[in-house]
Amino acid sequence: MEKTSTVCPFCGCGCNFYLVTDKGRLTGVEPSPQNPVNKGMLCAKGWNSYEFVQSPDRLTTPLVRKNGELAQSTWDEALQIVTAKLLEIREQQGPSALAFLSSAKVTNEENYLFQKMARAVFGTNNVDHCARL
Amino acid sequence: MTNSINEFEDADLFFVTGTNTTAQHPLIGSRMINAVQQGAKLILVDPREIQLAGFATLHLRQNIGTDVAVMNGIMQVIIEEALYDREFVEKRTEGFEELKSVVSRYTPRVVEQITGIKAADIVAAARLYAEADKAMIVYAMGITQHVTGTDNVKTCANLAMLTGHVGRPGTGVNPLRGQNNVQGACDMGALPVVYTGYQKVIDPAVKTKFEQAWQVEGLDDKAGLTITSMMAAAQRGDLKALYIMGENPLMSDPDTRHIELALSNLDFLVVQDIFLTETASLADVVLPAASFAEKSGTYTNTERRVQISHKAVEPPGQARADWEIIQEVCRRAGYPMDYRSPDDILQEINRVTPSYAGITLDRVEKEFGLQWPCPNEDHPGTAYLHKDKFTKGLGTFLPCDFKPLAEVPDEEYDFILTTGRVYYQYHTGTMSRRIELLEREAPEAVVEVNPDDARRLGIRNNDRVELSSRRGTITLKAEITQRVPHKVVFSTFHFREAQVNLLTNPAHDPVSGIPEYKGCAVKIRRCA
Repeated sequence: MEKTSTVCPFCGCGCNFYLVTDKGRLTGVEPSPQNPVNKGMLCAKGWNSYEFVQSPDRLTTPLVRKNGELAQSTWDEALQIVTAKLLEIREQQGPSALAFLSSAKVTNEENYLFQKMARAVFGTNNVDHCARL
Repeated sequence: MTNSINEFEDADLFFVTGTNTTAQHPLIGSRMINAVQQGAKLILVDPREIQLAGFATLHLRQNIGTDVAVMNGIMQVIIEEALYDREFVEKRTEGFEELKSVVSRYTPRVVEQITGIKAADIVAAARLYAEADKAMIVYAMGITQHVTGTDNVKTCANLAMLTGHVGRPGTGVNPLRGQNNVQGACDMGALPVVYTGYQKVIDPAVKTKFEQAWQVEGLDDKAGLTITSMMAAAQRGDLKALYIMGENPLMSDPDTRHIELALSNLDFLVVQDIFLTETASLADVVLPAASFAEKSGTYTNTERRVQISHKAVEPPGQARADWEIIQEVCRRAGYPMDYRSPDDILQEINRVTPSYAGITLDRVEKEFGLQWPCPNEDHPGTAYLHKDKFTKGLGTFLPCDFKPLAEVPDEEYDFILTTGRVYYQYHTGTMSRRIELLEREAPEAVVEVNPDDARRLGIRNNDRVELSSRRGTITLKAEITQRVPHKVVFSTFHFREAQVNLLTNPAHDPVSGIPEYKGCAVKIRRCA
């Protein structure tokens, strides 16, 4: 059994807890008593937050729409389509025809990189996330 | 938040409005209840009888959308009875005369007419708040999700400055952020008008700074589109491609039918997520991402604390961390990137973001996170803001007048629908509905109906009812409860089976772009 320190993925309180793993599988949550935010306490969402991670519904391969249906694909093909389409639209319609929606659920580093991609790579300030919703 | 979660223990009084704290921020809710049990007072301003009402010294149930009038009324009494902090107002603020002139019209009697709150209760709230030594305003989306959201926020700030309840421990204006990294996403510049740390895109010096840091030329110096304007631009055909990471606008945005039209009108939609969400199923390309448990990185909570989260397990199948996917897209688009770990990215954030300059991986590991602003590696971080002066120097009172909801009830749509979340579910349900215990406790969409209204409409508890606005109709279960006042119904946006955002009004605040989820006109009837 191993314990890894993590931050709860639900609300903005930012409670800390340990994810417990056994042979590479998540088995539960243990609170982190020293942490100043939640001092070892958690709500029902936090206590059970490991469960959705191992849901059978998780996406495990890239998907690409072919003949109207989303079909399993490879990273190479999916990323090739993404970059080609974004570059093509920028070329033909200008950068303001592109927009990027970032996420209040991913890390700071990922948000940073996402807005850097929108601005430095594709040339648009059309980048936002769901703070308003 | 201007202040810290630990300061909830120091406050003498909480002024809580537009937050169902025990349901949405349970750990902050329990801090508040503990403080109240130790003797702190609680003024709750909320149309619904939420759990905190049971702990409130005073519960003011305002008519929906009348928040500015409530707080103006409280300020009118505070000025009239000379209960304001004269020294704070003189030394640290400007615009007091303008404030006084605007709020003077909001006498308790006038405010009672607008808000439905008894004049005596307005007076009592004013005295309690002004006379407390350390009073804290706590709010959430009930304040911001209105066409007058910006006015509501300004009015909260006016109230705190008028009484000097800001810039000290246990005081302040404390918006509770709804998602675990919504604060961080804002701080990192995932907004159309700013780079990291709120450095403005229209500022030429800032533009030059980022051009140098990123080794590019000609960064866009005009404000970009907000999410609400993106959807409108897509519907007009001006926006051709949208890249969505970890968001589900088809469930979370108002007036779903129009969102679906907008997304379908795009030439290209790419969605990067951990599940095939409602939005992802419309995409041209779906990229499988790692969840929080499968990657490392930092998150910034509602009190501006940057904390590290570590990787516990491998992602399923071919799923990859979002930062790895973005890096790969950038490389393939011809922009060189070579980050080997999230820490490499954090170091770049430290270099370009003054408020995060001292927030290094080493320090967040050792110190249970750090609260920004933290301008250098020796700085201890900032537990509360505005200590001796405001960021801009003097705090300016920005008085506002009351404006009604964008869509008020009429003869046909005679109820107000207000929306939110419940304790056992979360947002569009993508994560929480895949947790057995949560799904057992709150398995389906429910609309709360007041008993008097229910009797008149012949609706009994657990009946199926049809709820319609000008934009759509949904069918769901009725819960007959005093929690909602007369002529108000409440429901949540967790359930794809009854998408409440088919009904909500996309009218939004002109400054913030936030839609008015907290009030639109609907009608309700029992299903035949």
